[in-house]
Amino acid sequence: MSEFFHMGGYALYVWLSYAVAAVILIANIVIPKLQHKRMLKTLTKKMLRAEQLK
Amino acid sequence: MIKSSLARVFFALLKRDLLLAFRHRSELFNPLLFFVLVVTLFPLGTGADTKLLQAIAPGIIWVAALLAAMLSLDTIFRSDFEDGSLELLLLNPHPTSILVLAKVLAHWLITGLPLMIIAPLLALFLGMDQELIGLLVVTLFLGTPVLSLIGAVAIALTVGLKRGGILLSLLVLPFYVPVLIFATNAIEMAMSGLPVTAQLWILGSFLLLAITLTPWPTAAALKLSLS
Amino acid sequence: MMKFIHKTASPPYFYQLSGRWIPWLAGITVLLLLAGLYGGLIVAPTDYQQGESYRIIFIHVPAAWMSLFVYIAMAVAGAIGLIWRIKLAESVAVCSAPIGAGFTLLALITGSMWGKPMWGAWWVWDARLTSELLLLFLYFGVMSLYAAIADKRVASRAVALLALVGVVNIPVIHYSVEWWNTLHQGPTIAKFDKPSIDLRMLIPLLIMATAFKFYYVWALLLRVRVELLERERNTQWVKLLLKQLKG
Repeated sequence: MSEFFHMGGYALYVWLSYAVAAVILIANIVIPKLQHKRMLKTLTKKMLRAEQLK
Repeated sequence: MIKSSLARVFFALLKRDLLLAFRHRSELFNPLLFFVLVVTLFPLGTGADTKLLQAIAPGIIWVAALLAAMLSLDTIFRSDFEDGSLELLLLNPHPTSILVLAKVLAHWLITGLPLMIIAPLLALFLGMDQELIGLLVVTLFLGTPVLSLIGAVAIALTVGLKRGGILLSLLVLPFYVPVLIFATNAIEMAMSGLPVTAQLWILGSFLLLAITLTPWPTAAALKLSLS
Repeated sequence: MMKFIHKTASPPYFYQLSGRWIPWLAGITVLLLLAGLYGGLIVAPTDYQQGESYRIIFIHVPAAWMSLFVYIAMAVAGAIGLIWRIKLAESVAVCSAPIGAGFTLLALITGSMWGKPMWGAWWVWDARLTSELLLLFLYFGVMSLYAAIADKRVASRAVALLALVGVVNIPVIHYSVEWWNTLHQGPTIAKFDKPSIDLRMLIPLLIMATAFKFYYVWALLLRVRVELLERERNTQWVKLLLKQLKG
């Protein structure tokens, strides 16, 4: 098992690469999800405000 | 209504732009001064080692020419956009893409041609071989119009923006890479005595492609920016 | 046919439809990624020349392929948007840019991680790395142009134009960089082109590449939905949707 993580001496490069991949791939999913939530919230708020003004 | 032919409109536009440039001398001289300044800074930054300077001279001159061309791009459409004559240009019944070509040609005559004329002097400053100077001028002759033509697309896209400066360089520089590569490569090959016809043909084909292909996106981008 | 396209591409319909697709896309992407990682990290044998360090290619190569694929997809979507004025295609073009930039950045970083043990330097002016870097600048140009223009309909058309000009230029840039590189005699190690690649390496590589494709569609739909909501904020369907969510 430790041999697997050791990667024949290239552990730093291999695992760092996979870590960077994970960060970039996850960020591109999480960011739009958060934006979506925020967008729905602000739009709802705006709609409610517009209804109150009527 | 007087109908004027396309050729007449083309040359009228060219003449107008040249005349305007000669009245605002700074437009004419600023890119040139910038070009000279950048080239002068290099020996001060790298040390005046003749061999080193000789080796990197084509690169220095071309990068400086590229930056000078980029900085002067703004003048193609900016003032016309601000005083509204750009809208009149688009209302003209003749195809905008050809009128755009007139403006780009004027711009090249104002900025590219002077660079070409002063480049031999700078090449001497950097200790380039005298036989190579002719080649340098040829690469500039083939290359700088391409820079103006590609730049016209980018400036047409950003002309409506107040702060287009940095954005313009980001848009334009990746597209300038092939010209830079082949132009400097031609000179470097000639330095080591190798034939350079291939590079010159490629530069020439870039020029022909740019003349035929870039006016359309430029015209389309102008329409977008004015919408 | 055109009727079908217009119906599917209409923002309210697409918003609903994509909402149903997203869980499936997410599931397929995760399954494929797990399969590819298992194949690449555990099953695939050690390379006899590069040792274990070659395992970086299971993300580097798919990311590099995707960096080009996304740019082309962006240009095609942009062209469709420009010609047929389909709003959805405009959004697809705009939303592809950050994802493509992500892939490009990933390809660059993993390339440099692979290069450090192989070449002994973090960065080498290798032809492929250099053209990847220029591609990243092209993506940044697209993204900043979109951000700079206030009217988003105009901005997305400007982006489409830029992407089209870019897609014509990418091969020119790529081949000139290659020419520049071979003449300057940079590192001559051919990167990953071995005469025959072991099947146990090739299969995980292809699985990862497919996973990245599904990932792209997934991430793209997520972005497009936000974009559609923002653009259509004043339309009836968005208001109906908000009321449904509230009540």
